[in-house]
Amino acid sequence: MATVPWEGPIPDLLRERLGASVLETCSYLEQPFAVLTREAMVPALALLRDEMGFDYLVDLTAVDYPKRTPRFELVYVVYSYGRNERVRLKAGVGAGERAPTAVGVFTGANWLEREVLDMFGIEFAGHPDPRRILMPEEWSGYPLRKDYGILAMDNGWVQANLGIESGQ
Amino acid sequence: MTALDGNEMVLNMGPQHPSTHGVLRIVLKLDGERVKSTDCIIGYLHRGVEKIAENRTYTQFAPYVDRMDYLAAVSNGLGYCLAVEKLLNAVATPRAQAVRVILTELNRIASHLLWLGTHALDIGAITPLFYTLREREAVLKIFENYCGARLTTHAFRIGGLQYELYEGFEREVESFCGQFLGKVDEYEELLSGNRIWRERLRGVGVIDAATCKQYGVTGPVLRAAGVGWDLRKAQPYSGYEQYEFDVPVRTSGDTLDRYFVRLDEMRESVRIIRQAVANIPAGPIMAKVPKVIKPAVGEAYVSIEAPKGELGYFIVSDGTTQPYRLRVRPPSFVNLQALGHMAQGALVADVVAIIGTIDIVLGEVDR
Repeated sequence: MATVPWEGPIPDLLRERLGASVLETCSYLEQPFAVLTREAMVPALALLRDEMGFDYLVDLTAVDYPKRTPRFELVYVVYSYGRNERVRLKAGVGAGERAPTAVGVFTGANWLEREVLDMFGIEFAGHPDPRRILMPEEWSGYPLRKDYGILAMDNGWVQANLGIESGQ
Repeated sequence: MTALDGNEMVLNMGPQHPSTHGVLRIVLKLDGERVKSTDCIIGYLHRGVEKIAENRTYTQFAPYVDRMDYLAAVSNGLGYCLAVEKLLNAVATPRAQAVRVILTELNRIASHLLWLGTHALDIGAITPLFYTLREREAVLKIFENYCGARLTTHAFRIGGLQYELYEGFEREVESFCGQFLGKVDEYEELLSGNRIWRERLRGVGVIDAATCKQYGVTGPVLRAAGVGWDLRKAQPYSGYEQYEFDVPVRTSGDTLDRYFVRLDEMRESVRIIRQAVANIPAGPIMAKVPKVIKPAVGEAYVSIEAPKGELGYFIVSDGTTQPYRLRVRPPSFVNLQALGHMAQGALVADVVAIIGTIDIVLGEVDR
């Protein structure tokens, strides 16, 4: 990715307050992003909200990179109504590791984190309602992981709940 | 959900219930007729759109986005094309941009019309549905003439448009605009002054601006709560900065104000369409994009103002012909989350009004 360094008051504030937890501040296609450690994510969201006016959590999702360590990358998109700016924050999470929940900062993170749990199997520590959201509660497997094939199915669930003997 | 006390009861609403506008199941915990808490069970329409995207080329995936918010397929397509174009560093030609704006605004009108008709039906007013579907038909006819499809249009291509305009397109659009404003006034006559309608909606499902921001609620719901924020103004795309239009805002954040906001938005859409259709630039309809779409390694988040709110696409490219990861930020999903707040303390009958007024499409909630 041909990134350029991201300069300005926002990356300065992040680096000043969070120090070594800020691993990278870059911009690609004029879209700025910062890479943080997972512990620094929730403080960074609160910091940007309280001091820079980033009061809208646009999106929260994940990307699976099976060959990387840590394996998953959480992606948070925040927007400031006052500044009319959008910023992306990213943090790596290893398989089996838990990320701190952002529900305390943005209520709307609730369902978004549930979807990440449902699709990637990443758990959020302190989440008030950690249930699957789109897939059935008893389903096993996490569909958006790269090792989950496009035709993969929880055959046991299909047999038990849909009455299809083959489970397909 | 916590245990019930002696006066409480649980009511299961949906998934097969007309007022849930699709297959949405809500478990309502009631105290008498008052809602104490709601639990939305979603996912019945989950088709794994994001997974499918990883297994299709950029071009092959384009028609799939129409099937998310199938009432605003044109908007879905626009957002997707803009996101891929961003990754390619390509911009659609001026002619393509103008046509995209016209069709997208027509689609906003069609989406709001279906919302108005069904919402009124939920409230108990049967008549408006017949009128709104009549006007929506005129829009769908234009879509059909343009690309052969009425609902899942797949109207745009990465880099521009597949089809040139057909003979008489401008005339048809202009004639629709000419008669449509009068029709909106007719809906107002039917509903806005109607005492039952007003009493039924006023003060129901109130959500204020601060709570909207907490939940990430966008679109007409946010604008009815006093925040005049619209991506077409805030971060214009596809040439929206050239057109003069206002962003309708109301302040009380209730169901009635959301109704007024959407009515005014239809009028503003007509304003945009008229400006655009009078000045469609000549020139090619496709920008120079490679035949095989293969964006450089990188990622981008691009969003547009869909009829329901902010519709975003986050695409990660690994330099191949297929997206490495494609995330859709669906406005319906995020807005629906605020239902619990809006329905808190409401009457059971009002829950129907509140679901209607958020304007969700389950195809987009579940994807």
